[in-house]
Amino acid sequence: MIGAAILGPGNIGTDLLYKMLRSPVLAPRWMVGVVPTSDGLAIAREHGVKTTHDGIDGLLPHLEADGVRIAFDATSAKVHARHAALLGERGVKVVDLTPAALGPYCIPCVNLDAVGREPNVNMVSCGGQATIPMVAAVSRVQPVSYGEIVATVSSRSIGPGTRANIDEFTRTTRAGIEAVGGAQRGKAIIIINPADPPIIMRDTIHCLTVEPPDEAAITASIQAMIADVQRYVPGYTLVNGPVFDGHRVSVWLEVAGAGDYLPRYAGNLDIMTSAALRTGELMCAPMLEAV
Amino acid sequence: MNASSPARDVLVHEMSLRDGMHPKQHQISVDEMVAVATALDAAGVPLIEVTHGDGLGGGSVNYGFAPHTDVDYLSAVCPKMTQARISALTLPGIGTLDDLKAAADCGVSVFRVATHCTEADVAGQHIGISRSLGIETVGFLMMAHMIPPEALAEQARILEDFGAQIVYVTDSAGYMLPGDVTARLQALRAVLRPETALGFHGHHNLAMGVANSLAAIEAGAVRVDASCAGMGAGAGNTPTEVLCAVLDRMGIRTGIDLYGVMDVAEDLVLPMLDAPVRVDRDALTLGYAGVYSSFLLFAKRASERYGVPSRDILVRMGELKSVGGQEDLIESVAMDMARERAGR
Repeated sequence: MIGAAILGPGNIGTDLLYKMLRSPVLAPRWMVGVVPTSDGLAIAREHGVKTTHDGIDGLLPHLEADGVRIAFDATSAKVHARHAALLGERGVKVVDLTPAALGPYCIPCVNLDAVGREPNVNMVSCGGQATIPMVAAVSRVQPVSYGEIVATVSSRSIGPGTRANIDEFTRTTRAGIEAVGGAQRGKAIIIINPADPPIIMRDTIHCLTVEPPDEAAITASIQAMIADVQRYVPGYTLVNGPVFDGHRVSVWLEVAGAGDYLPRYAGNLDIMTSAALRTGELMCAPMLEAV
Repeated sequence: MNASSPARDVLVHEMSLRDGMHPKQHQISVDEMVAVATALDAAGVPLIEVTHGDGLGGGSVNYGFAPHTDVDYLSAVCPKMTQARISALTLPGIGTLDDLKAAADCGVSVFRVATHCTEADVAGQHIGISRSLGIETVGFLMMAHMIPPEALAEQARILEDFGAQIVYVTDSAGYMLPGDVTARLQALRAVLRPETALGFHGHHNLAMGVANSLAAIEAGAVRVDASCAGMGAGAGNTPTEVLCAVLDRMGIRTGIDLYGVMDVAEDLVLPMLDAPVRVDRDALTLGYAGVYSSFLLFAKRASERYGVPSRDILVRMGELKSVGGQEDLIESVAMDMARERAGR
């Protein structure tokens, strides 16, 4: 097993911890926070994971002894740069779940082969993880002039950080639709729905193809891609589509989480932690073979 | 009452070139925008909104593409105004800060930052940048019928704290009755600072546009949205010309030339309509069931394509507790319902 550290014991970090406890590749060795009374740190200790509330400075002295070869940063874009530099210097790979995006974007089922050897990869956004695979499923069949996604998430699943910087979601997701999804131009829309009981994350993906869409090839490609995502997010479900209307190809999805630390409706958060773990596992698989 | 303009008791904010984009499926030309705005300016309308129906950056597969960008419209209209100011709407999550900056460069004087009535805390970034650009800033709480007055007032406080100078109660579904409007305006007035002004945006789905506007004014609103010939989503907005006539009869000053806006409505806006904007059964369903007015034409189109009555689609959208912006759900719901009805 390869040792891993999780920075940021909030909702995302704690959900990631639960998932990592089941990983055949990664073993969580450290959970790093800054608040001594953090629930996430307490949960980590209950599972035999070492913790510090001194931030990354509390982790660095132990990297080697505890065999930490990869770190997952679920803190904030602001502090990620420092984390990335300190970990990078020490040869620790970094999976960045913050919006900092210092390294290339990674959607594991689409471009992990291309970026898996990088020292630092970024997980785009929750909406990006949910929708970019569908844009890529169309663009690998034929050129896509425009890719647009609408992510509708439950109000309870959107924390204060995202709310205070909602533009970061639209910008980052748009950039990912273009860079990883392969659309010539991208657009991202996020809608927050307060319904109670909370709605499961819904995603609509519209692609406009340059030439008339090859319906059979696109349908097969989408179905294959859904199966690929389901390997790490079992609740990734096609609701409707693909619908073909002129050059438009539309797909409607629902993303339910595994209900580890976060509730099932928060598929938007689950797909981030699941994709990050999947990415980390695949980045470290070669190390495991080398051991 | 607005102390800085003694000739006006209530500011009527014209919606035909923004909310009116919905019944036009966003197909308004630059020339039409300029012609209508110029005539409204000449009629003394003090504030005119010019944007894609879903706000800055609304052009999309999801909501429909306009033939021109917001910047094209705004940069054509703004320089032509002699007294009227131009506003732009933005919905955080759709429109970006870059869109706001580009609109500001065109000469926009007022930004209106709209969120669902429970989600005011996503507006901070947009309100902040608007204020930092020195632009008058309105917070706009959509679908305001969905939560009780006190809860709405809490959200209004959040907008005020972010820097909104005016806060709107927005009846996006045209669901409210005058008593609902009064209760919400009063609840906001009770908690907001005296210098924070109140506004009301109505839809005419239950034919309550004028009555609700009067209730809002009585409860302290100094801004009311209206649209010439009612051109807006659903059964449209409160008709400007009717509201102006009623306010004139009541001795409430708007500074607007009544015959002037009557003529804009009749001679310029009415001929633009592709279909009558009226309380048809679908629009009535929006108001009756409390569904976002912009869903109207999407439901009609999905109905044609999938053979499910549009009224049934809209009722289902209400049952699903959909909110503004969820146009993407309509086609999916229509497909679901078509399958259910086919027994599959």
